[in-house]
Amino acid sequence: MAQLTLVQAINQALDQEMERDERVIILGEDVGVNGGVFRVTEGLAEKYGKHRVQNTPLDESGIMGTAVGLAMADMRPIPEIQFEGFLGPAYDQLVNHAARFRTRTRGAITIPMTVRVPVGGGIHAPELHSDSPEAIYAHHPGLKVLMPSTPYDAKGMLISAIRDPDPCVFFEPKRVYRSFREEVPEDEYTIEIGKAKVVSEGEDLTVVTWGASVFQCLEMMDELPEDVSVELIDLRTIYPMDIDTVAQSVEKTGRCVIVHEAPKTCGLGAELIARIQERCFLSLEAPVQRVTGFDTVMPYYKLELDYLPDAARIGEGVKACLAY
Amino acid sequence: MPRRKAYEAKIDYLQILDENGKFDARLGKDTLSDEQVIDAYEQMWICRELDETAFKLQRSGRMGTYPQNKGQEAAAVGSALAMVRGQDWLAPCYRENAALFMHGLPMHYILLHWMGDERGNQIPEGVNQTPLSIPIGTHMLHATGIAWAMKLRKEKDKAVITYFGDGATSEGDFHGAMNFASTLKVPVVFFCQNNEWAISVPRHEQMNSPTVAQKAIAYEMPTIRVDGNDLFAVYKAVKDARERAVEGGGPSFIEAVTYRLGDHTTADDARRYRDQKELDAWLEKDPLIRTRKFLESKDLWSEKQQKKLGERAKKIVSEVVKTAEGIGEPSTNDIFDYTFAELCDDLKTQRDTMRTSSLGQHPEQAGLRGQAERV
Repeated sequence: MAQLTLVQAINQALDQEMERDERVIILGEDVGVNGGVFRVTEGLAEKYGKHRVQNTPLDESGIMGTAVGLAMADMRPIPEIQFEGFLGPAYDQLVNHAARFRTRTRGAITIPMTVRVPVGGGIHAPELHSDSPEAIYAHHPGLKVLMPSTPYDAKGMLISAIRDPDPCVFFEPKRVYRSFREEVPEDEYTIEIGKAKVVSEGEDLTVVTWGASVFQCLEMMDELPEDVSVELIDLRTIYPMDIDTVAQSVEKTGRCVIVHEAPKTCGLGAELIARIQERCFLSLEAPVQRVTGFDTVMPYYKLELDYLPDAARIGEGVKACLAY
Repeated sequence: MPRRKAYEAKIDYLQILDENGKFDARLGKDTLSDEQVIDAYEQMWICRELDETAFKLQRSGRMGTYPQNKGQEAAAVGSALAMVRGQDWLAPCYRENAALFMHGLPMHYILLHWMGDERGNQIPEGVNQTPLSIPIGTHMLHATGIAWAMKLRKEKDKAVITYFGDGATSEGDFHGAMNFASTLKVPVVFFCQNNEWAISVPRHEQMNSPTVAQKAIAYEMPTIRVDGNDLFAVYKAVKDARERAVEGGGPSFIEAVTYRLGDHTTADDARRYRDQKELDAWLEKDPLIRTRKFLESKDLWSEKQQKKLGERAKKIVSEVVKTAEGIGEPSTNDIFDYTFAELCDDLKTQRDTMRTSSLGQHPEQAGLRGQAERV
């Protein structure tokens, strides 16, 4: 089995799905010969032709809107939005059209498309290249929202998303793009959308996170005293949320800390806490804690590490929750 | 340093049948046969009957807000005749009802839509249309995407037509669609019904350009301005554009100059902002009157035929109303059941508990009080 980075695993998934289904096409800014600004689509234009890996005009709404039209006409478009900050111009087409057509037409017109979007901070990028807007899209009915954190999960989840009959927003944590490699099977495989993963089992406290924060949580766990046993859950899919896996864990541990890069207010942590108190109220030994980005504008990169939850800050949250 | 002309463009205006019913035989050669004109006139009349009935349904509380099509029937019918039913796609706005039913949409779907029922958008298999578009200007990108799929699949003799108003050409997505379509060279016809008003904003406040057609010049797209109340000019322009599209020539733009004889919708009162004299002048250019004059001038139409058509239109439309009103209430489950191909557990729970005391929460939540008492 090959050792692949997240970028390579996503590239392999795209390659295999394009090979398998000629309706699959990629469209976006610089995705062609250049292979995208992160090189995720590298080599695909050469292999499948520029018409299937189409450089588009610099117009995110145009990318999203034409992808909606392609999907209506039974293609399987994979629009790439270069950075999550540029989803703004495409927001209308995504939430008011892609997400609504199945309901609007009572199933007559459906939008099977997968929007790929690099997400999150930590790579010293310019403004609007480091945000975490996943909760916004989870709030809009009709979209599935995914955010894998590892090469293995990314490949399997991307293949599932491409084959899914509904619009999926596939967030790729750019901080993890080349941060490590892991074994990824060459053969195609799928990972069910809507299933969280227990990264490590534990008894004393549950940490729920997703995306690049998984690795800050693992770092935090390395620094904890040996007698503290943490169960770490990688949510993987933001919507539909796998509350069963979370609830099962919190019922066992009685304590929970939620970690995300996005701002605190109305972040996904808020929804998780509401669900946890619905399901596990009588099991809770302490209020659920949140360690998140702040309710501020994401700073330029000189201060971004102060903004993003790191192992030390997450550790403080864990200790507070354990000490309650 | 040389200073020379970098670009020059001109816009043609086409009129074949003028306001008085006078026909330009040279320009109108090889456009519509007499039979086609009779058919087109009948479709326009039926569309007007549907429109007036829909207006009355709204006024009597049997239908929600409705945007009248009145005055724009030649644009809808002429363009629909030039496209191929069952082969081409239509991506409409909401003021071209005739084009929709002429291309196979059952007429009662239009009423159902405005009766607040999504089943009016449940386009039947084999009818190539996107639903009426409520937001302005977003659907031209969908039309471009559909045309792009046709090009990718190398489908022969197929094209898309998309309808929108003059106001829509202010939207960014209009320019995005024009840019994508021309860059990708896909078979789409951009058909602008310039009816002079976007709710209360007149065209000169909407744009500084004296024609809408000239906006296409920026995209190096063949473009023309036509008399939109002239069935022949509309047909000719769309037919040429479609031919260019299916021959690989890419997109075209057509500005059909017409006029909204009604209010924007039944929720609007145009008297607040529109001069009665302007309306009166346009009432005289009504495309139905003009087309009838043409038919009469060629002895193709009689008072008897007119009476028969009036009766037929009334019968068709009253049947359509009966069908739409007889459909029955949609199931409340429909709120949920089309969110995804397969509902996730949480949505199923919300659906199955929507009328219970747990208010859409997880069933265990409903039993919480009992558990707390036990503790």
